[in-house]
Amino acid sequence: MSDLLLEMKKLRVEARGADGATNAIVNNLDLRLERGEVLGLIGESGAGKSTIGLAAMAYARTGCRIAGGQVIFDGTDLMQEDEETLREMRGVRAAYIAQSAAASFNPAKRLNQQVCEVAIRHGVMSEEDAVARAIELYGKLHLPEPRTIGRRYPHQVSGGQLQRVMSAMAMTCGPDLLVLDEPTTALDVTTQIEVLATVRELIRQNNNAALYITHDLAVVAQIADRIMVLRYGELVEEGPTTKILNDPDEAYTRELVSARKAVVKPRVQIVLPEHPVIAIRDVTASYDGKVDVLKKVDVVIGKGETVAIVGESGSGKSTLARVVTGLLPPHEGHVEFNGKPLSRALKQRSKDDLRRIQMIYQMPDVAMNPRQSVAEIIGRPLTFYFGLTGQKRDQRVLELLGQIDMDPVFAERLPGQLSGGQKQRVCIARALAAEPDIIICDEVTSALDQVVAAGILKLLDRLQKETDIAYMFITHDLGIVKNIAERTVVMYQGDVVEQGSTLDIFTPPQKQDYTRKLIASVPEMRTDWLDEVLRERGDLFEIDARGRT
Amino acid sequence: MSMIDDKIPDALPRRRFDWEFFSCMPLAARIGLGIILLNVVMVFMAIFGLTPYGETEIFRDLGNWAPPSAEHWLGSDQIGRDMLSRIIYGAATTIGIALSATLLSFTMGILMGFTAAVMGGLADNVLSRIVDALMAIPTLILALVVISVLGTEIYILVLVIAVLDSTRVFRLSRAIAMDVAVMEFVEAARLRGEGLWWIMRREILPNTIMPLIAEFGLRFSFAFLFIAALSFLGLGVQPPHADWGGMVRENSQVISYGIAAPLYPAAAIALLTIGVNLVVDYILARQNRSAAAAFEEQEL
Repeated sequence: MSDLLLEMKKLRVEARGADGATNAIVNNLDLRLERGEVLGLIGESGAGKSTIGLAAMAYARTGCRIAGGQVIFDGTDLMQEDEETLREMRGVRAAYIAQSAAASFNPAKRLNQQVCEVAIRHGVMSEEDAVARAIELYGKLHLPEPRTIGRRYPHQVSGGQLQRVMSAMAMTCGPDLLVLDEPTTALDVTTQIEVLATVRELIRQNNNAALYITHDLAVVAQIADRIMVLRYGELVEEGPTTKILNDPDEAYTRELVSARKAVVKPRVQIVLPEHPVIAIRDVTASYDGKVDVLKKVDVVIGKGETVAIVGESGSGKSTLARVVTGLLPPHEGHVEFNGKPLSRALKQRSKDDLRRIQMIYQMPDVAMNPRQSVAEIIGRPLTFYFGLTGQKRDQRVLELLGQIDMDPVFAERLPGQLSGGQKQRVCIARALAAEPDIIICDEVTSALDQVVAAGILKLLDRLQKETDIAYMFITHDLGIVKNIAERTVVMYQGDVVEQGSTLDIFTPPQKQDYTRKLIASVPEMRTDWLDEVLRERGDLFEIDARGRT
Repeated sequence: MSMIDDKIPDALPRRRFDWEFFSCMPLAARIGLGIILLNVVMVFMAIFGLTPYGETEIFRDLGNWAPPSAEHWLGSDQIGRDMLSRIIYGAATTIGIALSATLLSFTMGILMGFTAAVMGGLADNVLSRIVDALMAIPTLILALVVISVLGTEIYILVLVIAVLDSTRVFRLSRAIAMDVAVMEFVEAARLRGEGLWWIMRREILPNTIMPLIAEFGLRFSFAFLFIAALSFLGLGVQPPHADWGGMVRENSQVISYGIAAPLYPAAAIALLTIGVNLVVDYILARQNRSAAAAFEEQEL
């Protein structure tokens, strides 16, 4: 069939470990992609998605090599071609769009220079033509001021715009194949929508073939015709998008699908707690004394309650956590703890106050000392706060490991010998060891794969039922808020836009435009979601970044 | 637990001692290690008096600058003392001073550097400016002035070298500790209410130990060259005690007559410096490799 653009046969990519042993990252994979077709590659980290994307351009990362199989691009077997021919093809006939635009652009060069570079270097176009083409593409990608935006430097445009400029860079030579590697993962939900919509539009206009790599099924549902589910470098399941979403054959796919599907917590009748554990009263705080990052924030959290603090990056959610922990003393307002005012600064707080407020971080990798064993990490708060030593301490460590569903053998391991989910569990156990009244969870699931994250959320929920801990749950992922929080606080640029019971906030009609926009931007697991949102967007998405009406 | 958990890295038995460090050593590092061991043996020989002859024993019948012979392997020096024995005694003096000076400078430098990194703000500023001021004065000149005022006692030599060297150690330990101090596990320790001492000793030191060890090797060879230079100028260890720098000076005038005497202590200085550096290179290379491996793992 002449329409076949890319075919991989029995592809095998190997990585060499530090010890010299090789292991397969991608094994025995067959893939077919026709012109005008968008194929979604989905899986969790370590599934080999990116490796396959790069292999489509006959490229392997340092330390990896394509060890076997064929990559046939438009009738030629790329594995037989020399490096020179491959270089001619990359960027011109097949282009790659990476996850982090910010890291992919040279900060010292203007956008146009970088967008046009490939076309000029490969001799596809003259400089004038390339710039004209870039301007055309900027327009198609709905970038502001397409004629002049290319003269800016990367730091002068927003993250979402930069991601679109990178798409323009990939498109300049009019490639037959686009490889999109998590192009929207690093963006806020409201920005993700813009990028997703424009990229899809462009692919449709040009009738490109594309490989769309992501871990988010809801995102891929909007753009892909077909989905391949991968795990540990092997194919789990392949099929049309609607079939994978609604009627998957494999248990693994079903778990992936269900990890994203939100079930609203059936707790209703939320009243503000009379005797809150934490009461943040009119807190205003700033880092430099000039710009207020928090403006008169007022939030209360009751015993055994979960309050979600949601917002995009820059909304001040993490700053709020720093104020509560005492790392950033507020310059106005105060924090009450169990009815008594809490010292502003960490140093003035009593050991008991410190013990009762614990924190879990986004990146478990850097939240634990890599040179301490799990037993030392969990054991330290026991010694520090309760003076437990020796056998009593070991006993308690094992109890805590049991509470987080981990085997006692892990006690002697170092953090580097744990998986991402296990690391986060150990961080939870460390917080739990202090027997706190409240745990601040700062984006605790956003560095984890969805299925693993779902496990962490279940664990947190169970621990809350067992110990009646309150959670201050900071997240940008509205998808999980519905599962975990009784109440939700929506923040935007340091202000509390809206707060109330999660059910109220999520049930339309939303009172605040910003909340409505935020919630509408969370991808849903059905293929027509994006079209619907775009149809409805009207004024909603025209709202200026400054936001509220 | 979730039905499907993510991939778990292989469990390695925890090793208290890194045998791989020795088994993977390339030839150059092995040679370096051999040289260091040889010097350690010499130090112990001097301490326990296991040298062929005494430190100040003069052989009148042998005369000065005697050529090597079966009894005196490296011949004699300018007043007829056995050269080999004096080299061995010199090893103990020179290495002893250099080692104690380096240990002292590391203790001071790391304590100040970590304090500056962890506390930041005013403490960091005060400490950094003091160190800047010290570093602005040329080391050798400062040492010469201090020693000519306070005398050439060994403890003064050690102290002077240690203080001068600690400025460099301060800079390095402050820089690497700052990288660690911003990690969330340090913040977690702070939120727990841990004191400065715990944070420095248990959170920061274990994560900065390898670069510090490498720096220790380098600093040691500098201290060792410095003491040799001072002795060469006549301000270091005083005769009749043997030390390599002084031995080079005492014998230096005969180099133009084709007599090898000054070359032996000079070779000893050069050899130990090279040996230490070969091992340090290996440590640094290993460090970079593990950093690169960690980076690649992240990329995959």
